[in-house]
Amino acid sequence: MLNPQLNKNGELKHLLTIEGLPKAIITNILDTASSFVSIGDREVKKVPLMRGKSVFNLFFENSTRTRTTFEIASKRLSADVINLNISASSASKGESLLDTIDNLAAMHADMFVVRHSQSGAPYLIAKHLNDTKQNHVHVVNAGDGRHAHPTQGLLDMYTIRHYKKDFTNLRVAIVGDILHSRVARSDIHGLTTLGVPEVRAIGPSTLLPSGLEQMGVRVFHNMEEGLKGVDVIIMLRLQNERMSGALLPSAQEFFKSYGLTPERLALAKPDAIVMHPGPMNRGVEIDSAVADGPQAVILPQVTFGIAVRMAVMSIVAGN
Amino acid sequence: MSTTNSTSPSALDAEALYGKLSQQVKSGLQGVSQVAIVGIHSGGAWLAERLAAELQLSERLGFIDVSFYRDDFAEKGLRPDVKPSQIGFDVEGATIVLVDDVLYTGRTTRAAINELFDYGRPARILLAALVDRGGRELPIAADFLAESITLADNQSLQLQRADDGRFSLTVVHA
Repeated sequence: MLNPQLNKNGELKHLLTIEGLPKAIITNILDTASSFVSIGDREVKKVPLMRGKSVFNLFFENSTRTRTTFEIASKRLSADVINLNISASSASKGESLLDTIDNLAAMHADMFVVRHSQSGAPYLIAKHLNDTKQNHVHVVNAGDGRHAHPTQGLLDMYTIRHYKKDFTNLRVAIVGDILHSRVARSDIHGLTTLGVPEVRAIGPSTLLPSGLEQMGVRVFHNMEEGLKGVDVIIMLRLQNERMSGALLPSAQEFFKSYGLTPERLALAKPDAIVMHPGPMNRGVEIDSAVADGPQAVILPQVTFGIAVRMAVMSIVAGN
Repeated sequence: MSTTNSTSPSALDAEALYGKLSQQVKSGLQGVSQVAIVGIHSGGAWLAERLAAELQLSERLGFIDVSFYRDDFAEKGLRPDVKPSQIGFDVEGATIVLVDDVLYTGRTTRAAINELFDYGRPARILLAALVDRGGRELPIAADFLAESITLADNQSLQLQRADDGRFSLTVVHA
């Protein structure tokens, strides 16, 4: 089957997932992003690439950080950005997803940035646009259900490359609630495609999905063992909303076994970096001493995220 | 300043042209303060590097990649080999010599000027080009120019830099 993200020339037309994306496309996005980083330091923090284009931020699920960084990225590309909080509008009046899309496309949208609690929603939209020959409209997935969060994955790859230069000699550990994490899935696909020889998943068995080994991931249930000798630690947010279920005894218990403390961080390589997609729960998955410490690169991740989203949007808009 | 009679493209000696251009720039900048040199990637960047070294302006050397300012984004999309623009000096009030290897439609120059203004308001921008091949589509002219030639539409002129830093020019057929 044709990859619905790519046009007939094999160029990126929509960004839906990192899975199956050729290494050359990922590398091109990271290279382009590095050219966008310095724009944030200039007098005028804008380039005219997407002047006159309309970007619709369609957030069917709440998000502050991702929506804001997409909004900033759009504005720095000189696009007009329209934020729609769909959960509070037409969807609640019974309009179907694709009817909403057709209506917005009729308003001459050029790009949809989509966040949805249902895995696959951005695919459905991209397929619908392709099927109805609305080829000038592009879709960027800003997180769908448990499935994928490709721009977060790409900004994580950018951050790792920025600090570690080369992917092919790294050990990367992803820690925490991997079961519910679309970030973890996107990171694993990105790391594997870019040639990272060892990706580890650390967490209690109730929070690790099945099939990790088939994705080439080494599974650890013991935090101390899993952190030994790693170059990169990606902490995940413990999704508080899942805590009521039977998956975890309590946040305190989780911190005891899987919280990243200075003592545990010392087991990794001395120059290991600590990443987190945010929002952080201090004292649940990460100790404040680590979050604010010299090895944390959590705030640079946010800054790089804008450049990476600018790169993604300008590449898909041009194809 | 510009040469009107046309030289055969195959007879172009890039090193001699560079010498001519650098003489023009040197005499043109005499007594001018706050000078900076900005090269357009990639050929213009090589020329700018050498010019800045000769003029002892390496501290005030910058590079521009105009990909984010091109006017053909809608048709061609983003080029895959974008390089970061690097402007490390204060553009406000500077006299900037913008350097390109080949001057053609003028669209690249337009894009570079627009980008420079997003760093600040320069006092003056001067354009230095190694070769003017005609075919202008915008009202743009070089202030410093080593040679003018005529090329067919399906031909392009490319500057190369050898490992020892020496320049050469070749005509490429589309």
